[in-house]
Amino acid sequence: MRRIRAAAVGAVTLSFALTLAACGGGSSGSEGSNEQPKTLTYWASNQGANLEVDKKVLQPELDKFEKETGIKVKLEVVPWADLLNRILTATTSGQGPDVLNIGNTWSASLQSSGALLPWDAKNFEAIGGKDRFVESALGSTGVQGQDPAAVPLYSMAYALYYNKKMFADAGIEKPPATWEELAETGRKLSKDGKWGLGAEGSNLSNNIHQVFVLGKQHGADFFTPDGKADFTSDGAVAAVKQYVDLMATDKIVAPGNAEYAQNQSLSDFAKDKTAMVLWQTASATFKAQGMKDDEWGVAPAPVQSGEPGSGKATNSMVAGINMAVFKNTKNIDGAKKFVKFMTSDEEQVVLNKAYGSIPPVKAAQQDPAFNGPALSVLRETLATSASALPQVPEESQFETVVGTAVKELFADAAAGRAVTTESVRAKLEKAQQQMPKK
Amino acid sequence: MTTTAALNAGERTARKDDPGAAPRKRRSGRLRRIGLPYLLLFPAILLELLVHLVPMVIGIVVSFKELTQFYIRDWDTAPWAGLDNYKLSVDFDAPVGEALLNSFFTTCLFTVLSVGLCWLLGVAAAIFMQESFRGRGFLRTVFLVPYALPVYAAVITWSFMFQRDNGLVNHVLHDQLGLTDSAPFWLIGDNSFIALLVVSVWKGWPFAFLIIMAGLQNIPKDIYEAAALDGAGVWQQIRRITLPALRPVNQVLVLVLFLWTFNDFNTPFVLFGKAAPEAADLISIHIYQSSFQTWNFGTGSAMSVLLLLFLLVVTGAYLWFTSRGRKVTDV
Repeated sequence: MRRIRAAAVGAVTLSFALTLAACGGGSSGSEGSNEQPKTLTYWASNQGANLEVDKKVLQPELDKFEKETGIKVKLEVVPWADLLNRILTATTSGQGPDVLNIGNTWSASLQSSGALLPWDAKNFEAIGGKDRFVESALGSTGVQGQDPAAVPLYSMAYALYYNKKMFADAGIEKPPATWEELAETGRKLSKDGKWGLGAEGSNLSNNIHQVFVLGKQHGADFFTPDGKADFTSDGAVAAVKQYVDLMATDKIVAPGNAEYAQNQSLSDFAKDKTAMVLWQTASATFKAQGMKDDEWGVAPAPVQSGEPGSGKATNSMVAGINMAVFKNTKNIDGAKKFVKFMTSDEEQVVLNKAYGSIPPVKAAQQDPAFNGPALSVLRETLATSASALPQVPEESQFETVVGTAVKELFADAAAGRAVTTESVRAKLEKAQQQMPKK
Repeated sequence: MTTTAALNAGERTARKDDPGAAPRKRRSGRLRRIGLPYLLLFPAILLELLVHLVPMVIGIVVSFKELTQFYIRDWDTAPWAGLDNYKLSVDFDAPVGEALLNSFFTTCLFTVLSVGLCWLLGVAAAIFMQESFRGRGFLRTVFLVPYALPVYAAVITWSFMFQRDNGLVNHVLHDQLGLTDSAPFWLIGDNSFIALLVVSVWKGWPFAFLIIMAGLQNIPKDIYEAAALDGAGVWQQIRRITLPALRPVNQVLVLVLFLWTFNDFNTPFVLFGKAAPEAADLISIHIYQSSFQTWNFGTGSAMSVLLLLFLLVVTGAYLWFTSRGRKVTDV
C-alpha cells in the first residue's frame, strides 16, 4: 500500500523525470554513423485531412525510394498536437527517428538543442545544393549566420479565402484588401446566424501566426534584434488587440470561435456558416469537407493600407514544413539520400500537389500544377510579402505563452468582457515573464 | 452495547481476511527464513529503484539546474542554478509564482469538491444497491461503465459534448430545457471549472462505489437485525453501523481519491489541450506547461518537488490523524 501511495505521490515528478532517466545523454558533436544502412525511420507531420490520407500519399513514394536505393523507410505520421513533444522526448532520450518533419517556425528552437544535423555546404551538396531552394523558405531553417538545421519541404502562406456564393448573395463584388474593408465586408455578412470571418481562438500556433503578421504591420517583432523577448511594445499590444477586436468590437467573428482549435472554422466555412477565413493552403481541407474548388475564391490577406509588400505591408508569415535529420542516426548516408529524394524536382511536384502546398524548390515551382489562381496568390505572397517568424531559440516558447495569452483574450471577448489596451498589455506582460531567463 | 460488541467482531473478521497475515504460516525452514523472502522481493526492489527512486532523484537534481532547450540533449551539462528555480516558483508577487499559487488553490478546491462528491455518490449508490431488487445487476454494470472506459476516449467524448455551439450539453440545457438565457461556454472561461469537475466526478465515483460496496459485504447482517429490534431506524443504522464499519475502507479510499484527483493530468489535458483556461488550471497541467511548453525543465522540476513535499506532508498528517482516531475506538 505504502508503495502504491509513493507512486501516486510522485506521479508528476516521475512522469517528467522518466523521460530524462531514459536518456543517458546522447553523445554530442557526432554526425551519425552507417551501422544500419538498410532501414530508416521517418516521422512525417500530419499534412492531409487525417493520418490515413498522409499514409496514402507517402507510402507509394517511399516504395519508390526503396526500389531505387534498397532502403526501407518505416513511416510514422505524427499528429501536430504531439509532434513537438515527441521531438523533444526523442532529443532527450537520443531514441528518435532518422529523418523527421518539423514545423519551420521551430527550426531555431530545435537547432539550439544540438540534436539535428547541421546543413553545411557539404551536406547541402549531397542534396543538390542550396541554390535549388527558394530564398524565403531558406529564411525559416535556423538562426541567421549558422548552418541551417533543416531543409524546406513544403511551403505555405496565408491568404484570405472567401465564399463566392455568400459574397454574391450580399452583393459584395470583390474581396477586401485592407483590415478596414475586411471589417466593413464582415459586418455586411454577419447576420442571421452567419458570420463574416472565422478564427481559431484556442489554437496557439494559429494565434501566433496572425498576431505576428499584424505585429509586422504595426512595426513590432516580438523579439529585439539581439533575440530578447519583447512582447509588450506598443506595436505588439496594438497587433494583439486588433486581432482580438475582430471578435470583441468589430463583431465579425462568432464568439464560439474562441474555443475552436481543431480547424472547426474551416468546416464552418465549407458549410456556408462563415464567409471568410485567413488560412494557409486550405484547398485540400475544403475538398475533404465537401466544398468544390469553384465555390471559394482566394485573395491576399489584408494589410493596414495599400498593397501587400515587405515591411509594414507584410501579410503572411513564411509557413511551411522542413525536413531534418537526427544527428545520432545510424544511417546517415541513407538519411541524406532520402532527403535528396524527397526534395528532388519530381517528388516535390507529386507531394506538394497532393497537399495543396507550394514547392520550396525553384524548378518544381515551374510545374503548371502550381499556376492555378489559388496557388499563384500564395506563391506571390511567399515571394514578395511574407516574413519568417523570429529565428530565435525561444521561438517555441513564444508560440506557447503569447498564443495562450491571445487564447485567454479571446475567451474574455467571447464572454463579453472588455478587451482593452491595458488588459492586452497585462496578458502580454505575464507571457513575457514566463519566458526562461537568459 | 450490543452494537459495539458486534461491530468489533465485524472488524476482527475483516482483519482475518487481510492478506498481510498470510505469510506467517509459510515461515518454516532456515534457508527460507533467511534468503527466500529477500530473493522474492529482489525484482520488486530493483524495479522500484529503477522506476521510482532513480527518476525521482534525477528530478530533484534537475530542479537545481538551469535546464532549457540548450541542454536537453545532455542534461547533465546544464549549469547549476542553486535555489533559483525554487525562488522563482515561490515568488508569489511575480507572474510565475502567482500563477503557481493560483493553480494550487484551484487544485485544492477542485480536489475537495471532486473527492467529496465522488464519495457521497459512491456511498449513496452502494447503500442503495445493497438491497436486492430487479435489475440490480444491470444497474451495477452501468454504474461501472465510466470506470471501465479508457480515460482518453471518455474525456474526449465529454469535450465534444461540452462544445458551445454543437455540443450536447448546451443542446439540452439551452435548446431543450431553456435553463440558460444564452448558450454558455464550458471549455473556456470560468465555467471550465464546472466542466472539469463534472467529468472528474463522473470518472471517479464508480471507484468509490466499488470499494464501498466491497466494504459493505463485510458488515454482518445480524447487526442490522439486532439494531432494528432495538428500534433503530434506517438513518440511525447508516449513521451508527454502516459508516463506522466503513471507516477503515473510507480511510484508504479518501486518500487514494485525493492523490489521484490532485495529480490528475489526463482529464484536463484531454478536455482543454495544452493551455488550460485559468479557472481550470490544475497544478499537474500547470507544471507540464512550465516544463514542456516553455522548455523550462528546471523550474518545472522545482515545482514538482514542491508538490511532492506538499503531498507527503498532507498524506502524513492524514495518516497520523486517522490512525490515532482508530486506536481510540479500538480501546
